[in-house]
Amino acid sequence: MTGASGPAGLDVDRLIDDPATRIIVCCGSGGVGKTTTAAAIGLRAAERGRRTVVLTIDPARRLAQSMGLTELDNTPRPVKGAAGADGPGELHAMMLDMKRTFDEVVLAHAEPERARAILENPFYQSLSAGFAGTQEYMAMEKLGQLQATGSWDLIVVDTPPSRSALDFLDAPGRLGSFLDGKIIRVLMAPAKVGGRSAMKFLNVGMGLLTGTLGKIFGAQLLTDLQTFVAAMDSMFGGFRERAESTYQLLKADGTAFLVVAAPERDALREAAYFVDRLAADEMPLAGLVLNRVHSTDAPQLTAERAQAAAQLLEENGADHEPRQAEAEALAAGLLRLHAERVEVMGRERRTRDRFVSVYPDVPIIEVPALAGDVHDLDGLRVIGRQLAGTD
Amino acid sequence: MDWEGVRLHVVSGKGGTGKTTLAAALALALAAEGRRTLLIEVEGRQGIAELFGIAALPYQERKVATVSPAQVGAAGKGTGEVFALAIDTEQALLEYLDMFYKLGRAGKALQKVGFVDFATTVAPGVRDVLLTGKACEAARRKGPDGRRVYDAVVMDAPPTGRLTRFLNVNSEVAGLARFGPIHSQAQAVMGVLRSPETAVHLVTLLEEMPVQETVDGFAELRAAALPVGGVLVNMVRPPVLDAAAVAAVHGDHREEVAQALLEAGLGGRSRTAATRRAAVEPLLDPLLAQAREHAERVALEQEQRADLAALDLPSYELPLLGGGVDLGGLYRLAGELKRQGAA
Repeated sequence: MTGASGPAGLDVDRLIDDPATRIIVCCGSGGVGKTTTAAAIGLRAAERGRRTVVLTIDPARRLAQSMGLTELDNTPRPVKGAAGADGPGELHAMMLDMKRTFDEVVLAHAEPERARAILENPFYQSLSAGFAGTQEYMAMEKLGQLQATGSWDLIVVDTPPSRSALDFLDAPGRLGSFLDGKIIRVLMAPAKVGGRSAMKFLNVGMGLLTGTLGKIFGAQLLTDLQTFVAAMDSMFGGFRERAESTYQLLKADGTAFLVVAAPERDALREAAYFVDRLAADEMPLAGLVLNRVHSTDAPQLTAERAQAAAQLLEENGADHEPRQAEAEALAAGLLRLHAERVEVMGRERRTRDRFVSVYPDVPIIEVPALAGDVHDLDGLRVIGRQLAGTD
Repeated sequence: MDWEGVRLHVVSGKGGTGKTTLAAALALALAAEGRRTLLIEVEGRQGIAELFGIAALPYQERKVATVSPAQVGAAGKGTGEVFALAIDTEQALLEYLDMFYKLGRAGKALQKVGFVDFATTVAPGVRDVLLTGKACEAARRKGPDGRRVYDAVVMDAPPTGRLTRFLNVNSEVAGLARFGPIHSQAQAVMGVLRSPETAVHLVTLLEEMPVQETVDGFAELRAAALPVGGVLVNMVRPPVLDAAAVAAVHGDHREEVAQALLEAGLGGRSRTAATRRAAVEPLLDPLLAQAREHAERVALEQEQRADLAALDLPSYELPLLGGGVDLGGLYRLAGELKRQGAA
């Protein structure tokens, strides 16, 4: 069974072989095999001659082990056994360490003394250890860093497993509105000498606002927060610039987004959300990877016919001698299994067709369902061939 | 009923395991026999509205379903009610500020300077504080008669990977704000979450990754002193082949199966035996290969069941409903939960 399908097939090999493709971002809801897809694409690209790095966020343990990622050290490590020693391709992989990435940004952009003040601030420590949102920001920061080194032909990114996976698209805007907003000036006012007089806006006195914030936060937390904002002040501009340039990088020609889904109603609804969101931001969508699609090599046998035959065999079995009855029971079981499979296929097809009728222009590649999980490079190679439609 | 005394049921699980569906089914099951439950959604996906086939939920508790004992196979009397709430963090923040601080003009000013935006998107943890705070408030809320408004609150929580951090956010906040109003509010919420009135259930499938994540998830919850609930095993497929048949597919039964298929008429109507035999030939390998895949999957599922059993927690198995879950399916799952003692 090949992966060829649909209105337009997604040609994965053409995508990864094209030297102009520099970044592939895999997004989709949790539990659809996104990380596995990213790893398989990275491995295939490496073995087809590209110097590739896979950036994963939170891989399942055994998948991480299959790529030799035994610890989270925030640096790309070569994957043993991937790509030939003589070929030009290489596969490296890394897991994102949010806190360390954040720390590195601080250390790189603030003088040592100020950096230490930030790193020791309790507010910073909570923020960097990964509240909702930090992961997305840091994933994009790391992507920007990897790209800036210039040492990779191709960077494959696995996004965090939630709808907020695309929150990074909002990062520049959010940072911008935060930095341009009044709130930061309110927060910084007491820390900035002489800033107070300039802070008359919206007809609300500075005192009332800080008083209110103090009432909400309590004086000690407000002080921590203000110290944090003041210490970060010199870096915010840099932050915004980086967020903005990563955003532009994602929009650029060398980037391709793959939306990953399974042929189930909920997963495809999420996929539709991602497709819409990418379109709204004019991000380049390469196509949809539909994982875990069922197929059969005996499509000529319909579910109804298989069920009827199974029923007949079960009825006949009662009158037959044990050995024959056993064979009949086995055959009936095989037929029921087949009927179930064909019914699943029908449902998957209908679900997929509903998506296609709304998004006829999105190229799709289907990847067959496997009995078990992928644990090693060979397993990833099989997925890679299926993604390329050559298996 | 295994969860007597639990008021707040937190339902989480790996993405794709159907946690929203089971949270909804649990809310239905707990509402049977004339009770009232509240189902809370925190991720802004409107999954509850989708499940119940209604328009997007506003930030307002509203009734989404009624449930009679017969609908979930229960014995008691009375019609139960399920309310639902999709929490909107911005509105929750304004409500929170108003409730605790009576801010008036200053509250409006905060909104104007972008504080609300800042707090709900940029500031660490504020979102999670609001979401957990709202759930705890609903779980403890009392009516004018002094009785609890809801017999139980079910929260469709973020996925396992983010769960402990999400639930623990208040202890983190209590550490950041060492005194003052935020501190006491955070302490109060943490008190509810850590009490025997709360139980955290994890949804899994009989697959390796979700099971591993479930085992790790419970360990994390225990380490954070959060009350561990039960295991909800979702989408369990009925065994089509029994153990004997699974064993048999590994032997050489090709010819016997061919004869049986001929007997069942799958060889067509030709008068020639050889033609009929040739007609079933292309079915043999695919059918046997499918059976071997099935056997492999059954064996993997057994391993996963063993790993889950080692957790030694109350466990509930919910059947796979073909074609996705509609309203009827939801009641069926609720009935299963009720029958197995989860509600």
